[in-house]
Amino acid sequence: MSEATKTAQHGLSEHSHGFGVPIQTRSERPKSTKLADFEEISTREEQWRYISADRLGGLDKDSLDEFSGDIDAKLADGFESSWIDSEHKLFGAAGIPEDRVAAAGWEAAKAAYLLSIPSSVTNSAQSIVTITSISADPAALHIIVEAKKGSNAVVVLDHRGDATLSENIEFVLEDEAKLTVVSIQDWNASSIHNGAQYALLGRNSTLKHVMVTLGGAVVRMTPSAYFGAPGGDAALYGLYFADAGQYLEHRIFVDHSAPNCKSRVTYKGALQGAKAHTVWVGDVLIRAAAEGTDTYELNRNLLLTDGARADSVPNLEIETGQIQGAGHASASGRFDDEQLFYLQARGLSELEARRLVVRGFLMEIVQQIGVAEIEERLAVSIEDELERSAK
Amino acid sequence: MATLEIKNLHVSVETEQGTKEILRGVDLVIKSGETHAVMGPNGSGKSTLAYSIAGHPKYQVTKGEILLDGENVLEMSVDERARAGLFLAMQYPVEIPGVSVSNFLRTAKTAVDGKAPALRSWVADVRTAMEKLKMDSAFTERNVNEGFSGGEKKRHEILQMELLKPKMAILDETDSGLDVDALRVVAEGVNRITAENGMGVLLITHYTRILNYIKPDFVHVFVAGKIAEQGGPELADRLEADGYDRYVNA
Repeated sequence: MSEATKTAQHGLSEHSHGFGVPIQTRSERPKSTKLADFEEISTREEQWRYISADRLGGLDKDSLDEFSGDIDAKLADGFESSWIDSEHKLFGAAGIPEDRVAAAGWEAAKAAYLLSIPSSVTNSAQSIVTITSISADPAALHIIVEAKKGSNAVVVLDHRGDATLSENIEFVLEDEAKLTVVSIQDWNASSIHNGAQYALLGRNSTLKHVMVTLGGAVVRMTPSAYFGAPGGDAALYGLYFADAGQYLEHRIFVDHSAPNCKSRVTYKGALQGAKAHTVWVGDVLIRAAAEGTDTYELNRNLLLTDGARADSVPNLEIETGQIQGAGHASASGRFDDEQLFYLQARGLSELEARRLVVRGFLMEIVQQIGVAEIEERLAVSIEDELERSAK
Repeated sequence: MATLEIKNLHVSVETEQGTKEILRGVDLVIKSGETHAVMGPNGSGKSTLAYSIAGHPKYQVTKGEILLDGENVLEMSVDERARAGLFLAMQYPVEIPGVSVSNFLRTAKTAVDGKAPALRSWVADVRTAMEKLKMDSAFTERNVNEGFSGGEKKRHEILQMELLKPKMAILDETDSGLDVDALRVVAEGVNRITAENGMGVLLITHYTRILNYIKPDFVHVFVAGKIAEQGGPELADRLEADGYDRYVNA
């Protein structure tokens, strides 16, 4: 078994010869909207260190269909939706791909679903967009959310169904906009999803981004926040729960390129079952111009059973000393037999004990959402995950 | 009126050197309202007795019986034992990150009683119990045992005992790591709960110090996995004077 794995790995690495000097600083990582600008995927590349191309369901090829599922939008008053083609100035306004799979999706999606929040919406109105995929053929989807100057709104992007999807989502926050985004990945069990998300924060704008990844065989989310002007505030939250065999990866990038901006990254993950694997990589770059930056990132993982694996890698790169603060923390803990015994000795069944611990651990993130119906549904989904794996 | 009967209990653990027998035929009967002190030198198996009654999976019962009011405790899971009315105050309570004391207490009470406590009276009960144990009310917002001092951990164990109202409580070296003031508070708590609830107590200790505050009805000297001698409170006084040497070297 291990012999076979070794051979496969060796074959892969042979293709990676001659790549040249690896990228040392985050700011030099190549960006492009064209698949051809990226090399074939190799686990020798930092971005693909933990997952091999053969688990991506063909999303790294130039043969993606346009998304053919349903987009069902329950829009609050004032929100507008439309489809725009790739010539539109908003295409790429927030950011462009940094890896091959995101570029494949970018090229294949000839139009984007645009959700526009006008300046007149200032009451934190909530819109829920449900994206239901019905085909497991490799497909591409592009979504753009535009928050106009001074607007204040909540957008939930809820992913469901059977999918093999490369998705690019852009969030463009104009000056003083306040936007809360909740991106839920609750796919059916065999789905494969690569979701690149880009947020550009205008002057004194505020982004609260909550990533929730529960369902899917392979889900790889790469949210990035870019500060286009001073005074921005980005709070990125995440929660994930990996069952047996699931691979859930989150790569966060916060690019502090403007002065006096603030960022907080808080991701928490629970793992349960054989070969449940999660990867969290948090890159924070404070560029020379970003004086007065205040940033902190945190990742916590809770391993509920043996056989699960959580990788956690915080990276902080600082190019100026004139900052308010910069820090990171990462820890992965185990729910062990002694904790279980303690709780059982107080009358809790094994399932109740796990439920208590996981709820306590993950609810902090769920409560950030602020949309009651979504919070309730996620609380139930987390319980379901626990029950499923407890069997 | 409840009775805990331990009959000819033999318990082994797996070690790197193979199976090791720790308890070698323990007999003990505890009735409601009685306080039994089990005293003995380190390594005599006192804590093994406590964990075996509570059902820790590390300890394998190879022979004998444990009965609570005639019910076979050994056939019950750990949580079933707790719900049947057994309580173990642990020597080393573990941290449960992310779970607040308040949430934990309410969840445990719900599990033990089979129904959630009425909210208003529950909040009052918790507050009253904490005041008696001289615990700050902010304590309930902290995570279970996380960053607790030794004294706080032990008070938290006694707080649980007060709120869960077990029939039988096993206190495993509850006195260890406590200064005199904390020891007095904890001991007063045990005495009060015993008097109020008619609880039976199995008090496991190495030192006689706690027996100045909690008066046992019976004292059992535990040596090499079994009871070597038993008597009334006067036996504790003799141990205070003579130590365990007499038994260990016998």
